[in-house]
Amino acid sequence: MTEVAENLEPAREVIVRYNNVKKAFGINIVLNDLNLDVYKGEKVALIGPSGSGKTTIIRMLMTLEQPSSGTIEIDGEHLWHKEVNGQLKDADEKHLRKVRGKIGMVFQQYNLFPHMSIMRNCTEAPIHVLGLSKDEAKERALQMLQKVGLSDKVDMYPSQLSGGQQQRVAIARSLVMQPKVMLFDEVTAALDPELVGEVLEVIKDIASEGETTMMLITHEMDFARDVADRVLFLDNGLIAEHGTPYDVIENPQSDRLKSFLGRFNSAH
Amino acid sequence: MTWDWAFAFEIFPRILQGVGVTIGATFSAFAISLTLGLVLTLLRRLSFKPLSLTVAGIIEFIRVTPPLVQLFFVYFAFDMGPFLTGAIVLGVHYSTYVSEVYRSGINSVPKSQWEASRALNFSPVQTWRKVVLPQAIPPIIPMLGNYLIILFKETPLLMGIYVTEMMMIARSIGAETYRFLEPITIVGFIFLVLSYPCALFIRYLERRSGQIPGSAEKGVKA
Repeated sequence: MTEVAENLEPAREVIVRYNNVKKAFGINIVLNDLNLDVYKGEKVALIGPSGSGKTTIIRMLMTLEQPSSGTIEIDGEHLWHKEVNGQLKDADEKHLRKVRGKIGMVFQQYNLFPHMSIMRNCTEAPIHVLGLSKDEAKERALQMLQKVGLSDKVDMYPSQLSGGQQQRVAIARSLVMQPKVMLFDEVTAALDPELVGEVLEVIKDIASEGETTMMLITHEMDFARDVADRVLFLDNGLIAEHGTPYDVIENPQSDRLKSFLGRFNSAH
Repeated sequence: MTWDWAFAFEIFPRILQGVGVTIGATFSAFAISLTLGLVLTLLRRLSFKPLSLTVAGIIEFIRVTPPLVQLFFVYFAFDMGPFLTGAIVLGVHYSTYVSEVYRSGINSVPKSQWEASRALNFSPVQTWRKVVLPQAIPPIIPMLGNYLIILFKETPLLMGIYVTEMMMIARSIGAETYRFLEPITIVGFIFLVLSYPCALFIRYLERRSGQIPGSAEKGVKA
């Protein structure tokens, strides 16, 4: 029935496509034959127990993990492969760099550069990777830091900020690069409970602007419901259920998903 | 043998003339070991196994043979003059220790920093220059300083290949006058005066290195 609904909508442009992607670490298969299309501007939430493969899905897109087999396309180009005379070859660093620029990622542990000021954290990549002038980069960084409400902290160092503030800087740092697809890897999981809200608000703001495609791994079900157009429930390396937030979170079909969601309800 | 103050004062200026060579050799050798040490560390990290294993083998070979033997070997095998030979041999010898220090510094940079660099699409060279080395080097500065002092104290070895550093001068004075006590003591005194403040300064750096802003990352909460 979802297929029918999709056919009725105006043609949507696929921005990320996973084709038969498998990932194994040794004999441990973490992702089994993943086929997934993500559409331009779409917000996709990935939920599921730890070890279900959701982190691997976005880490492969960020080129932090190489798929064991299968292909990933971003914006019409192969990510891990290069087409040479119609044949797919393993991509070299040059190709990866070209394609990787379309993707940005925010990590669970923020991963700010501790030896750089907040401003430099946000301007170093635009200057040296995108080739912006210092002034352009600073202007753009300031704009994004304003968006996350931290434009007064530009001269501070990461260690001087709270976890929530650091994570907002990390979001700004990623936004400055203007990626087409933004990946969020459990970005509130390392935060003290009272700091979770401020980070989620920032992400909701960015999501509401619409343009950027987002893939978010989260354990915050209310947040997933508010932000996502589509929710994927990962279990044992497979997409076990998927659909609108209403379908998946309010109306779970499988026992696995019901018990997974039940854990969150009892926690609240 | 009794101590002769008059004699000691007479030869002091002559020995002092060797200080420049001692210090010059120390810093030349140290500059070589800092540069080459980094190169060795980076080569050892290459994923191309034949090269990284060869480099590891060379490092091991240099480390297990005495520097004095290496000095003689290079001195007689290549005609480079005593000072250049001395600086290069000590520099290469110490680069093997320094590369170990670099390695520990680089390993102390969390994997997450590499991943963040990749997410921002830094090139490998930019990742090293902007992210990894600026975090790897400050914590190891005290260790590098210790090697500088050890290297400084090793320079009397250069006497073996006729570099006119302090020890060489002291020995010639002894050979001329048959008095060794004063010249050797003076050399020891000059080494003490020069290296003790350096050691104090390094201890100060060690105490401070724990306080570099943001050098400690918060533990992972799962």
